Amino acid sequence: MNLNLTIIGQSIAFAVFVWFCMKYVWPPVTKALYERQKKIEDGLNAASHAEQKLEEANQQAEQTLRESRDEAAKILEQARTRSNQMIEEAREQARAEGERMVANARSEIEQEINRAKEDLRSQVSALAIAGAERVLESSVDEQSHREMLNKLAAEL
Amino acid sequence: MAGSNPTSSGYIQHHLQNLTFGYHPDNGLSFAHNAQQAADMGFWAIHVDTMLWSIICGVVFLFVFRKAAKAASTGVPSGLQNMVEMLVEFVDSSVKETFHGKSKLIAPLSLTIFCWIFLMNLLDLVPVDWIPELAKRIGTDFFGADPHHVFFRIVPTTDINATFGMSLSVFALIIYYSIRMKGLSGFIGELTLHPFSSSNKLAQLILIPVNLLLELVTLLAKPVSLALRLFGNLYAGELIFILIALLGLWQLPLHFAWATFHILIIVLQAFIFMMLTIVYLSQASEEH
Repeated sequence: MNLNLTIIGQSIAFAVFVWFCMKYVWPPVTKALYERQKKIEDGLNAASHAEQKLEEANQQAEQTLRESRDEAAKILEQARTRSNQMIEEAREQARAEGERMVANARSEIEQEINRAKEDLRSQVSALAIAGAERVLESSVDEQSHREMLNKLAAEL
Repeated sequence: MAGSNPTSSGYIQHHLQNLTFGYHPDNGLSFAHNAQQAADMGFWAIHVDTMLWSIICGVVFLFVFRKAAKAASTGVPSGLQNMVEMLVEFVDSSVKETFHGKSKLIAPLSLTIFCWIFLMNLLDLVPVDWIPELAKRIGTDFFGADPHHVFFRIVPTTDINATFGMSLSVFALIIYYSIRMKGLSGFIGELTLHPFSSSNKLAQLILIPVNLLLELVTLLAKPVSLALRLFGNLYAGELIFILIALLGLWQLPLHFAWATFHILIIVLQAFIFMMLTIVYLSQASEEH
């Protein structure tokens, strides 16, 4: 329990240890700690950055998808309108064609009737003349009676 | 355990005596053979055991930490390196919380104080007879010494010289920081113009000696309390270990119980010494 030279010895030892620690222990350890901290920070930053990028990419993909879906719907709509239009046109054409054909047929029939009437008329007049000749037993002057005969034929 | 000594008090006294080497008026340069001879040597003697074990502790501390510091990388730390980094971070955060100035010395100083004191305290957990008994064997067999003359205390912090050696170094740093931060006049002003001051010149002149007395006590109490706190705790702890060692078979459970409790004291005292050093130095380097 005596105070003696040991105090000075201890102080010197203490000073030497502190010096060594300050010179060779503390700086490398704190440097490593600091660098690791920085590395972790960088890593975390990179991670959050990547997350943000992923978010952006997802949004872009969604947008592209939405756009293409819209476009597809538009194309479909156009096609539908076009097909409806074509059907309508075809129908219209068919109706016109049909009407035209009906009209043609009708006029042809009309012509046919008229021709038949004309035929009949001329045959009737001939028949009438023949019948009248028979009746009169004489020849009739065709020329003189033509007007009367034509009138007769017209009445038929 | 106490077999080689005639009495319990003799056993205890033997265990509390340092291995002292110095100049004895009658025997010349020699090891002290008893407490009286050690006292006769006066100041110019050295406690060989204290010096040896404290240096061993310091070297172990620095060796381990230097090894970890060399291997320090930014990768994933493992084992020893992890422990070292944890301690460094713990000390670093303690220093940053308390000491607001900038100093390259304070943090390594605190780390050294904490680890060194912890390792020296840790020696207190080695059963009290093991190493002294070994020393006695070596002393008698190799040096032909009388077994009763071989003293060996392995816990440096139970030697008041070791604790004062550290606390006086810290005291020197307190004064150094005070003067460096505030200047010599600032330091003297702090010692003489606080806590009482007066605008009246005459009253101030009378108050200066009072202030000086108070502030000097405050200043000197710092190293004394620092040294005596550590010394007292560890000395008492070791004394209890020695008393327990006298109990025969009953010492086993008691030793275990006290050692378990003592682990707490060991770490706590190392921590307190470190924290108070930081606090004192931050007080020294801050303006009031």
